[in-house]
Amino acid sequence: MSGNIYIYVLVMAVVTYLIRLIPLTLIRKEIKNNYIKSFLYYVPFVTLAVMTFPAILYGTESMISGLAGFITALVLAYAGQSLIVVSVLSCLAVFIVELIV
Amino acid sequence: MDRKQCIINGIRDGIPICLGYIAVSFTFGIMAKNAGLTVFQAVLISATNLTSAGQFAALGIIGASSSYLEMAFTQLIINLRYCLMSCSLSQKFDEKTRFFHRFFVAYGVTDEIFAVTVSRPGRLRPPYSYGMIAISTFGWTLGTFLGIVSGSILPERVISALSVALYGMFIAIIIPPAKKDKVIRGIVLISMLASLAFGYIPVIRDISSGFKIIILTVIIAGIAAALFPVKDDGEDRAAEGS
Repeated sequence: MSGNIYIYVLVMAVVTYLIRLIPLTLIRKEIKNNYIKSFLYYVPFVTLAVMTFPAILYGTESMISGLAGFITALVLAYAGQSLIVVSVLSCLAVFIVELIV
Repeated sequence: MDRKQCIINGIRDGIPICLGYIAVSFTFGIMAKNAGLTVFQAVLISATNLTSAGQFAALGIIGASSSYLEMAFTQLIINLRYCLMSCSLSQKFDEKTRFFHRFFVAYGVTDEIFAVTVSRPGRLRPPYSYGMIAISTFGWTLGTFLGIVSGSILPERVISALSVALYGMFIAIIIPPAKKDKVIRGIVLISMLASLAFGYIPVIRDISSGFKIIILTVIIAGIAAALFPVKDDGEDRAAEGS
C-alpha cells in the first residue's frame, strides 16, 4: 500500500454519498409525468428481483441449501408472512439443509 | 403514529437487514484483514460507506495502490444504482418534510433499506428511516469488526445460513404485491429470468453486478411503464404495503 488509506476512504465515501444525495435534493417536487412515475414505481420490483435471483443460489455453501432457502422464502412470502419471519425462517431452512446434506 | 413509535417500527423492520449485514460485513472484515487494514480502518470504511460491492472492490484498489481517481470511478460505476433508487425514493418524500432530512436519509440509501422504505404505504417518515438506518449501520459495522478481529467467532455454517437473510427479505417485499397484481408478477418473473440469462450470455456475463442491475432495471421498468402505465396518485402504492 503506497497511497494514503484515509484519502482512499474519503474518496469512496464522498462519491458514494453524492450518488445517493444528489437525486434526493434535486428532485424535490412530485413528478407529474405519468411515464416517469410509472417507471419509478416499477423500479424496486425489477431491482429486487434481479438482485435476488439467481444470487440467492450462489451465496450459500451449496446450491441445494440456497434453493431450500429460496423456496422457503417464496412460500412464506406468498402466505403473507412478515419480513422478519420470512428472512429468519429461510436462514433456518439453509442451516437445516446444510446439516443434513 | 408519533415519532417514538416510528423509530421503534424502523428498528423492528430493520432487524432482518441487521442480521444479513452482519453476515456480509463479517466476510468483508476477514478480507480487510487479509488486505492489511487495521480494525479501525475497516470499521471506518463500513461506517462511512455502508455499501457491500463497493467496499469489496475498494479493498482490491487499495491493495493494488491504484490512483484515487480510479477509486472514485469504480465507486461511481458500482454504486450508480443508488442514484436510481434515490430518484424513486424522492417521490416518497412529502414536500412539507423539512429539507435537511434528505441529507440524513441519503446516507442510508442501500439496496435493503431502500427496498423496505419504498414498499411502505404512504409518505416517507424520516424517524422511521432513522431507526432502520441505525440498526442496519450497527449490524454492518459490528459484522466488520467481528470479521477483522477474529475470523472464527461465527462458525461457517452460520455465516452461510445468514447469507440468505437479505434475499429472504427481498422476496418478502416483492411477492405479496406480485400475488395481487398481474403486471408486477410478470415483471418479477421476467426480471429473475433475465438476471439468470445475464450470467450465461458471453460478453454480457462479464458486466459487473452493479451495472447489470442498472441495465435490466432501465430496460424492464422502462418497457413496463410504457405498456402498463400506473393509474394516477399513490393509490396503487398504498394498496401494496404491509
